[in-house]
Amino acid sequence: MLGRETKITSSKFTAVQYTILVVFLALAYGLWRLQVGRNDEYAVRAEQNRVRRVPIVAPRGKILDRDGGIIVDNYPSFSALLLRDQVKDLNADAQRIAAELHIPAAEIIEKVHRDQLAKVPAFQPIIIKADITPDELAFIEAHREEFPELETMMVYRRLYPKDGFLANLIGYVGEVSEDELNSGKFDTYQRGDIVGKAGVEAQYNDMLKGRDGATKVLVNSKGKEVGRPKDPTVPFVIGQKLKLTIDIDIQKAAELALEGKNGAVVALNPRNGEVLAMVSRPAFDPNDFAVRISRDDWNRLANDPDHPLLNKAIQAQLAPGSVFKIVMSVAGLQEGIAQTMKVNCGGSAVFYGRVFKCWVLSEHRTHGVVDIHKGIYQSCDVFFYTLAERLGIGKIAKWAGALGLGKKTGIDLPNEASGVMPSEEWKIKNFRQKWYAGETISVGIGQGAVAVTPIQLARAIGGVAMGGTLYRPHVVNPTDVPPDFKDLLISNVPEVVHVPINPESWLTITNAMGEVVNPGGTAPSAHIQGVDFAGKTGSSQVVSNEFRKTKGGSANQFKDNSWFVGLTPRRNPEIVVAVLFEGGEHGKLAARLAAQVIKAYVDKQRQLRNNPTLFSDKTDPGSVPIAGVWNAPGTGDEQTSAAEEEHLQGGTLLLKVSGSKAFRPGRRVRLPAMGPAALPPQPGAPGKPGFGLLGWKPGQNRPSPGTPAVN
Amino acid sequence: MRRMISFRDFDWVLLAFVLLICVLGITEIYSTTYGTKFAGAHVKQIYFVLAGLALMFMVSLFNYQVLLENAHWLYAASVLSLLAVAFFGKKYLGARRWIQLPGGQHFQPSEWVKLVVILALAKYFSEEENDRGASLSDVAKAGAIAAVPMLLVLKQPDLGTALTYFPVAFMALFLGGIKLRHAAAILLVAGALAPTLWIYGPQLHLVKQYQKDRLTAFLNPDADSQKTGYQLEQSKIAVGAGGVFGKGALKGSQTQGSFLPEPHTDFIFAAWSEEHGFVGAMALLLLYFMVLMRLIHNAQTASDRAGGFVVMGVVAVLLFHILVNAGMVVGFMPVTGIPLPLMSYGGSSLLFMFLALGIVMNIRMRRFVN
Repeated sequence: MLGRETKITSSKFTAVQYTILVVFLALAYGLWRLQVGRNDEYAVRAEQNRVRRVPIVAPRGKILDRDGGIIVDNYPSFSALLLRDQVKDLNADAQRIAAELHIPAAEIIEKVHRDQLAKVPAFQPIIIKADITPDELAFIEAHREEFPELETMMVYRRLYPKDGFLANLIGYVGEVSEDELNSGKFDTYQRGDIVGKAGVEAQYNDMLKGRDGATKVLVNSKGKEVGRPKDPTVPFVIGQKLKLTIDIDIQKAAELALEGKNGAVVALNPRNGEVLAMVSRPAFDPNDFAVRISRDDWNRLANDPDHPLLNKAIQAQLAPGSVFKIVMSVAGLQEGIAQTMKVNCGGSAVFYGRVFKCWVLSEHRTHGVVDIHKGIYQSCDVFFYTLAERLGIGKIAKWAGALGLGKKTGIDLPNEASGVMPSEEWKIKNFRQKWYAGETISVGIGQGAVAVTPIQLARAIGGVAMGGTLYRPHVVNPTDVPPDFKDLLISNVPEVVHVPINPESWLTITNAMGEVVNPGGTAPSAHIQGVDFAGKTGSSQVVSNEFRKTKGGSANQFKDNSWFVGLTPRRNPEIVVAVLFEGGEHGKLAARLAAQVIKAYVDKQRQLRNNPTLFSDKTDPGSVPIAGVWNAPGTGDEQTSAAEEEHLQGGTLLLKVSGSKAFRPGRRVRLPAMGPAALPPQPGAPGKPGFGLLGWKPGQNRPSPGTPAVN
Repeated sequence: MRRMISFRDFDWVLLAFVLLICVLGITEIYSTTYGTKFAGAHVKQIYFVLAGLALMFMVSLFNYQVLLENAHWLYAASVLSLLAVAFFGKKYLGARRWIQLPGGQHFQPSEWVKLVVILALAKYFSEEENDRGASLSDVAKAGAIAAVPMLLVLKQPDLGTALTYFPVAFMALFLGGIKLRHAAAILLVAGALAPTLWIYGPQLHLVKQYQKDRLTAFLNPDADSQKTGYQLEQSKIAVGAGGVFGKGALKGSQTQGSFLPEPHTDFIFAAWSEEHGFVGAMALLLLYFMVLMRLIHNAQTASDRAGGFVVMGVVAVLLFHILVNAGMVVGFMPVTGIPLPLMSYGGSSLLFMFLALGIVMNIRMRRFVN
């Protein structure tokens, strides 16, 4: 029998009891630690587990023109979704759905299989087509019984103007990229969020984007929706409206002017820096980006040799050609050299042992005796070669830099290019080479290493016409930016710059610019009847002539770019228009485009202000005399456009001899003979020291001193 | 039998605590399975409890001395049943632990084999030559009695249940008077073997890779937040989110959103803690504490040495289950498939407990028999 009386000693029971007590105290401590000590932390984590936020994307703010008209709007766009867990017979349904939604059936099946392979939960919807048409939407709505797996989702998408209107300024939106997420600038963003990628969409993204809302959904551990909390929706906040300084009428005129051409137009109000119009051609269609741009479309845009994605108004860096002579004139006059300088243009001149030709030589003519005034409106290269030699690169660079060339203007658009204003220091720094004096000669006519953007040129010439006051250009008026977004306005470029230009210099230059679009100037064909229109032509070579010959001399490739910067009125202008016409060859052609924009502005302002003589060349807008003698041409002499305006620049590069210039007789008045009487009034001209601003009266022409040429 | 057996001697206090735990378990099973594919499990659990009660009364009438006398036959049958599972068992969730019974029920022999091991060890240590302290050969023999079924269970694989054989053997050796130096030697050998088993276990098919993973996850929970570490982490979140008073039945988000794995079986204590808070969890622990104390009391009052051994064997199993299960839930222990006795859903576990309680009652009712 079992059960003898050797009982278990009570001390062993006691030991077991204490062991149990220790175990239970340990467990109690474990519970205390989690439930009392760290309850807050775990309560939050439990809540994070349970609630999933399904974002509701806020519509971006509208983009308006200066008068409040809508340029960029949003539209509700539907996407077709496939709910995988609702599919009964994928292969059969896919055929039918694909046919109705106009997508390949294989694409649907492939997307489903891809998700299955990736072990994406079955309740996760698959977007089978974005931005479906109303017909496709109607099909889904009408077949809910038949295809319970189809669902739609609405998002707001951007609706941009058609045909690339204002496209480069507006930019486009797209999904935030991996690089952007890593950059630190987009810390609050998540993968898949839409951000501005270019233009004002990028620059003012923070203001435009608004704040996304969310629907809170209760989910289980598989992520499947199991219910809604009490306050399920957090409403979105629509993005702020963005009012541009763009004048839609001026913009239209500028777009029309550049239609079918390559280049850029930028129109500024030099009195405050507002951008009134900005065009870059060729453009792209930002609507292609609003849904999702295909790789092929993107590659096509990115690799297009005409760079449709580039906003040439602020990103094209090109030699300014003769437009630079305005900058040279400021330098020459302010340094006290140009006032008395007289140069005899014999069609070319020799500097440092090399022949530098004047454009006029290609027409087998010469400019004869040239002073600063004639030098500008006739764009005499020899005059400016000589001036450049006298000034030296240091002074040229100083004045060009003061007028903002080779520097960013600080416009409120992303990725502005700075251009180049060469100097001795620049060359040493970038090429570790000494500056050759010969290079200065080319710089004198805006060739060589000088590279500027259209906006720089518009600001500089506008600033000269303003008497030396240069504003930082902007496409959004800072007062239209709400206080919360003032960070967007921070710039390291000063808002206003004052360049000391004395009144005499100012009058000389602006008057000469007025002559440019009059008979005797380089672009009389751009003349606008009855409007005080002034400007400066330019054309610049894109490649050397030798290079052009090696390429077989094809007519359209590597043609010279033509420039024009025009303004009205000539002093204290309300508008300055810079035109870059790529391959335009002649400055006068760009001038005609600029004239279209100026005319649109003048017409609009005359109507708005009910003043038909506004900006008239007959009246004196700023109580400053103008060269009225040139405003009544009527000599009846004719001149070929080629002879009148052919305008080639270049130092060492200039070897082009034009032989096939269009001859258009009977169109324009011929220049009066180049005599002393033909010279327009020149304030501050030698022989009349202290010539007052108001001292001159129309018709009171002074004879040209006719100083022999320097060279 | 020299005396009439009466239910007056039945331990009604112990039964009251046990039934209270069962009722709490049933309410929590209801809460955790509400709206899931396991809905209605609480009703089945009620049937298991009723069946368990019937079994308990039946066993209590049957003299445990008879069981002890036939312990070697029971032991042989146990080993055979485990072998049967190994060859004919039903595979479910990757483990072969169940035998399909007629009528759609499954039976898990490893549960009641535990009881047989308790009886076998009690018998071994009650025999005359073994009641004066355990010699080294006693230790080896007792170890072998526990080791054979344990290895068979380990092969199923069911690490959790296999581990429950350890405390049974340990308790028997402790009560049987193992010498301190033998105990120390065993611990040293085990400590030396553990790394070997850890490294070569999977190759020798003694330890499965997922079992290793569980322990790795326990030691370093951030390493795999989606697998075992995830389960432990979700359990801690559930318990922690419960706070002092809990979220209320059917309102625990971790439990109801099925973030908590196996909320009605292995992690029922976490579900309970989330929905009833620190107060509820402590109340439940107190009930278990009372049950254990009551069992020890019965062991002390047992009429013979073998009876004491059997009851203390039950104490060892119960304590080990509570320690490992609740310890896992609060993050002290790795994830093992050990249920919380009387609370967790499952017939086998519940029937084992009532069977064990039946024997305890049996021993108690015969405490004055001499």
